[in-house]
Amino acid sequence: MNLSNKVIAYNESKNKLRIINILFNFLKEIFKNKTLYAMAVPALVLLFLFNYFPLFGLIIAFKDYQFDKGIFGSQWMKPLFYNFQFLFDSSSALRAIRNTLLLNFAFITIGVVTEVGFALMLNEIGCKWFKKTAQLITFLPYFISWIVVGVFVYNLFSSEHGAINGLLSSLGMREVDWYFTPGAWPIILILINRWKNTGYGCIMYLSTLTGIDSSYYEAANIDGATRWQQIRYISLPLLWPTIIVLVLLQLGKIMNADFGMFYATVGDASTLYPTTDVIDTFVYRALRITGDIGMASATGLVQSVLSFILVIGSNMIVKKIDEDSSLF
Amino acid sequence: MYAKVKHFLAQSAIYFLVAVLTICCLLPFLMVVSGSLSTEEDIMNYGYTIFPKNPTLLSYRVLFQRPGMLISSYIITITVTVLGTIASLIINSMIAYAMTRKTLKYRKFISIYCLITILFSGGMVPWYIVCVNYLHLKDTLAALILPYLANGWYIFLLRNFFNAIPDEMKEAAKIDGAGEFRTFVQIIIPLAKPALATIGLFIALMYWNDWWLSLMLIDSDKLRPIQYLLRIIVSNITFLNSQMNVPELRNSKQLAPTEGVKMATCIITIGPIVLLYPFLQRFFIKGIMVGAVKG
Repeated sequence: MNLSNKVIAYNESKNKLRIINILFNFLKEIFKNKTLYAMAVPALVLLFLFNYFPLFGLIIAFKDYQFDKGIFGSQWMKPLFYNFQFLFDSSSALRAIRNTLLLNFAFITIGVVTEVGFALMLNEIGCKWFKKTAQLITFLPYFISWIVVGVFVYNLFSSEHGAINGLLSSLGMREVDWYFTPGAWPIILILINRWKNTGYGCIMYLSTLTGIDSSYYEAANIDGATRWQQIRYISLPLLWPTIIVLVLLQLGKIMNADFGMFYATVGDASTLYPTTDVIDTFVYRALRITGDIGMASATGLVQSVLSFILVIGSNMIVKKIDEDSSLF
Repeated sequence: MYAKVKHFLAQSAIYFLVAVLTICCLLPFLMVVSGSLSTEEDIMNYGYTIFPKNPTLLSYRVLFQRPGMLISSYIITITVTVLGTIASLIINSMIAYAMTRKTLKYRKFISIYCLITILFSGGMVPWYIVCVNYLHLKDTLAALILPYLANGWYIFLLRNFFNAIPDEMKEAAKIDGAGEFRTFVQIIIPLAKPALATIGLFIALMYWNDWWLSLMLIDSDKLRPIQYLLRIIVSNITFLNSQMNVPELRNSKQLAPTEGVKMATCIITIGPIVLLYPFLQRFFIKGIMVGAVKG
């Protein structure tokens, strides 16, 4: 045996030893805290099955998925990006991406304005029971499932017996066939979103407002500031950090539409798709109704990757503004 | 004097606006209640209104003529909610407790492992394939419970609650000879009861309101939770008409209350939540404020 071979053999055995050592320390630690690790195992396993496994499963976007061969057994697509061709060929996929971004952007901006506005108004109300009742009732819609909200929307907008058309005709105006008027739905969806989430969303702002030291307002009072000026120069500036953090965290999720909302209110009214079809409903249809797994998984992968970038990005900005509010 | 008048006007405007918005939140509920109590003729002629013109209980009588389906859906929902909430609380709080123990060398790894599940998602397609092809959850009761059991958010929330309990408590229990699991059951759980109750409410609400899992994974008509049943009654006219074949209607000249039955099912679905809500609301508010604090 010459020297260089000896060196290699020596290095190999050293590496082996190191691995054995790491393994040994690992087992020692597991054994030492075996109860604690055992307590963590059920959650770790469940998270693996329902979160990590699907994350690895994203590779099916590059495969010719066959039900019987499974995720890893299916053949790779040739060319690899074959499934993505559809995506950019079909206008409906791009339309879904556009709708998702536009509608979510509207939900976030109008959401923050209404929530802050409502919190400021509630904060001005001195009458205890009035404030409590208002908060109780406006928070209620948050607890109702989207399916039930879908029924509410149908009651209001159905063309035969919808309450809105009833109102229009009693005012002598022409009735509107809402389920054939896609142009109206962005506004309708914004209204539904606000109806369901304003009461919930304003809780954080309201708690920030009630937490503001009352001596600020007392000092402003002495200086002769009006109530409006106090809101403008005390309340709003102190709300800013909360507003920015909450908006940024929502922007991180702008690629993900609220599937329940769209599925329960628009459902399969395909006449409304030009303005209401979002990525999640598009993927759902491709997966469960038309059975086009290739297109569904390709769209899903695009969504996951863009979300990944947005979440990381928005969180980095949040971290710069307020370390404690960032997710990681 | 002028300033006072202006202030009074502004105040009145705010009270008025808040009152109007509050009523707007309530209107859809009133419409469903009224719809469930209206005759089919009135709904056909006047549409949905706030108050029923000719109040009748016909829709409820038709619905309860063959209550089997409704009852079995209710049983499914209650089973899923109870089992899911209890199991989820146990599983999430066990790992959360382990994460608070400083003796655990890999707790940093565990918390990153949980964080990743909050931040990134594989989306609907791979999730569906995993559930159907690999875990064989299709048309099982487990499909309605398992996917929601472990939840990164709740793990971090519970960890924060447990962290607030002083370490001396845990150490003292250890000196008295209690193992980690006994410390958890006999010391930590009783101390964290308010936190567990708050998070338990959120989990219960999630299970009660869920229809996504049944939409994706349940085809069998024996495993329909109440929310999914409502969806079918509302969207499937054939199914709804088959429900109208009851003695109550065969001999009467009244129109079958198809719209009314939809509304009555809706009321039965949201009933328990709306009734319990006033008592539970403050716990939810507390939960939201704690949840906003970083995990």
